[in-house]
Amino acid sequence: MKLVIVKYNAGNIQSVLYALERIGLEALVTDDHALIKTADKVIFPGVGEASTAMQYLRERGLDHLIKKLEQPVLGICLGMQLMCTHSEENNTDCLGIFDEKVKRFQPSADHQMHLKVPQMGWNNIHSLKTDLFKEVAENSYCYFVHGYYASLGKHSIATTDYVLPYSSALHKNNFYGVQFHPEKSATVGEQILRNFIAL
Amino acid sequence: MLAKRIIPCLDIRDGRTVKGVNFENIRDAGDPVELGAFYASQGADELVFLDITATNEKRKTLSELVNRISHHINIPFTVGGGISSVEDVNILLQNGADKISVNTSAFKRPELIHELAREFGSQCVVLAIDTKLEEDGEWYIYLNGGRVKTNTKCRDWAKQAVDLGAGEILLTSMNHDGTKQGFAIDITGQLVKDLPVPIIASGGGGTMSHFEEVFEMAKADAALAASIFHFKEIGIPDLKKYLKEKGIEIRL
Repeated sequence: MKLVIVKYNAGNIQSVLYALERIGLEALVTDDHALIKTADKVIFPGVGEASTAMQYLRERGLDHLIKKLEQPVLGICLGMQLMCTHSEENNTDCLGIFDEKVKRFQPSADHQMHLKVPQMGWNNIHSLKTDLFKEVAENSYCYFVHGYYASLGKHSIATTDYVLPYSSALHKNNFYGVQFHPEKSATVGEQILRNFIAL
Repeated sequence: MLAKRIIPCLDIRDGRTVKGVNFENIRDAGDPVELGAFYASQGADELVFLDITATNEKRKTLSELVNRISHHINIPFTVGGGISSVEDVNILLQNGADKISVNTSAFKRPELIHELAREFGSQCVVLAIDTKLEEDGEWYIYLNGGRVKTNTKCRDWAKQAVDLGAGEILLTSMNHDGTKQGFAIDITGQLVKDLPVPIIASGGGGTMSHFEEVFEMAKADAALAASIFHFKEIGIPDLKKYLKEKGIEIRL
């Protein structure tokens, strides 16, 4: 099993690497096109800002490379958002793998003022679909840190409610994305990482 | 729904936990990694490691410890204690810390908060505040682990820090810390109302109902405690079950 984590200018790549180690898997962190192309599974992580991340990916041709990958790919947090069509975060055109757009949470002034942006902490995932969530219970808690979200749409495979119901996971063909951090989501997150590896 | 968080805090000196911790079910309770992993397995939502090492070796021992923690612990963790520069934070984040907390250094040089938020994002910048209610009825900021009084009011500094980019506030009431008489409901609730970032209440948690109060009355986003967990006065699974039964959103 050749497991690759895409290296780019985003934080928390080490955390994903260590989480894989905890479940007994070795991964290579690289931005080398040939290594990414020939991997069995690709993880596209990320904590950061959309426009600078996209600029970095474009400068290295990683945007075209990622779109054309045929093996299972898992985007995490910003990685997932970058796989959508567009992000409101600095009005950024993204990879366009998933048809959804990424918008900023806008709590309504009347009854949602207690909802803080970014959302930070543990929230439920429900309406789970695909083998990515095999043996994961409905309403399991995962760890989230984000101010922008992908809407619900035809690619949604998990839903979370914060300000409004939104996509906490997306799927299209060989591409998967999760808004939460499986690498920080205790045993539930480890199960989801194992499921991705088993796809 | 977003769950309220329960956060054990571990004090570290020279890479070891400071307080006399007594657990028969782990081999070495002086090892922050083992104790942290134990709390994670018990259902802690997050961990805070507060380093009080005062030697020249501090930076190296702490970054090595953070690296070991991030290898072994599957929940988010914050590292604080003596952090005063972008470079300090860079090393800790590179080694796997999810967030860092700043206290005295940020008060003395508030631009530090802005620099950290710009470089790493607000989501990983926690402002720790030690505050005390004085006889004039106002809450004041204290520095250097509560040893140095300032004339700045807690609400003013908290607001300034959030404007500069602090993404979360860890609020310790010195009047309540160590008393086990309950959290500071008023100032915690005030900051929750004042500020658009999560507030972690700290100091005074002695019973399970104290946690219920700080979540229900002050609407705190998280509650932190140390010795009641270390000395097994309250078990995290029992606490979380209790809070869930009281109708509070909790991750079980």
